[in-house]
Amino acid sequence: MNENQSIDQQSVASPQRRRFVSAASATAAGLAIAPGVMLYEVAHGRPEDQRASSAVRWGMMVDATKCASGCNDCVTACSTENGWTPVAESKHPKQAPQWIRKLELQDPLTQRETNLPMMCQHCAEPPCVDVCPTGASFKRADGIVLVNRHTCIGCRYCMMACPYKARSLVHEHLNDTQKPDVPRGIGCVESCTFCVQKVDRGDGTTACVEACTAAGHNALVFGDLNDPESEISQRLRELPTKQVRADLNLNLGVRYHGI
Amino acid sequence: MSKMRGRPGWLTGLMLSAVLAVAGLSAAHAGAPKPVIEKAVKGEQCVEDTDYMRRNHMKLLDHHRDKTVIEGVRTKQHSLKGCIDCHASAKTGSVAAAKENFCVSCHTYAAVKIDCFDCHSTKPESSSALHSTTSDAADYRHKLAARTKTGLSVQELVGAPR
Repeated sequence: MNENQSIDQQSVASPQRRRFVSAASATAAGLAIAPGVMLYEVAHGRPEDQRASSAVRWGMMVDATKCASGCNDCVTACSTENGWTPVAESKHPKQAPQWIRKLELQDPLTQRETNLPMMCQHCAEPPCVDVCPTGASFKRADGIVLVNRHTCIGCRYCMMACPYKARSLVHEHLNDTQKPDVPRGIGCVESCTFCVQKVDRGDGTTACVEACTAAGHNALVFGDLNDPESEISQRLRELPTKQVRADLNLNLGVRYHGI
Repeated sequence: MSKMRGRPGWLTGLMLSAVLAVAGLSAAHAGAPKPVIEKAVKGEQCVEDTDYMRRNHMKLLDHHRDKTVIEGVRTKQHSLKGCIDCHASAKTGSVAAAKENFCVSCHTYAAVKIDCFDCHSTKPESSSALHSTTSDAADYRHKLAARTKTGLSVQELVGAPR
């Protein structure tokens, strides 16, 4: 009995100790290089001439228990930020690009309803990257899965490979209605980019998360999964979360609570 | 009139042939209209020498696009956005909306088709909200709608009809 207890205590204490050690060493490294610079980088993201680093892995947590039925703010914010026309306003809704969509699910047995946004899950092992014949579908060092439109030939293999139906093809000329920060165009596949333009700017958040927070739901959290002190890591430690289609072993960047 | 009649025939012939020769010469030179190079709205000096840029801007852009898309490097020195910020026409606010705009004017003359603007915006950041007729405006409406919505409570949103 005593032995069991001591093991339990150890297992509880050890991650904390590890966190403390890593935090201490990070501070030491920061001090050794330049004390002020380190702090600035943490607060404002990386400088513009520095590459995305694999020390960071961007991820999102969706708390489906807080996601409100009938609310579409995350979808609206995404279309505004990234310049895609909302499906309802499109002339051809069936083929309209859709970077994020709201799902309302109901358990047929219990009638329990679940609301959640579905978008690119930013897999660590993305099937869209595996199947791309030109290498246009790729995973950036910081875990964001993107389409390089300069090499995309619009074959749509990635759309078929994606288990989450997260990707769309742009079927029509956009006639210079794109946002300067978000190039997108006919004949290329596209999907959620975790607002890569905002991430690179150092905003540290995405349009959908901003909108969800502004609406007071706080169902979305965005952050660095590799940083044990980030809000998302702390929330993931506390709450039980699931990966959608966890059986595929894709190690998703988006985790859901309450589904 | 009397003077003309008095001119010797050989002189008239010579003048005529000279006029024809000049006309022929200028016709041969006319060809395609020369590109109109609009002066950059912002700034006095390009990021590289003008001569270098005329020959090599495509190499710089190609290199920079890969650095940006794949590695996430977003320096402004050789970015297409940087080009557009300076060279967008004062009249159209774009580098490719009208025939005399910066990119189009040269590329038409050189008969080199570019597809940059199939995907990239031809306008600098700030001007996008000004164009009320584009679908950009529809997105902007959404932004306004999203802002007004933020006052609603969770309960109101749950109860709101779809």
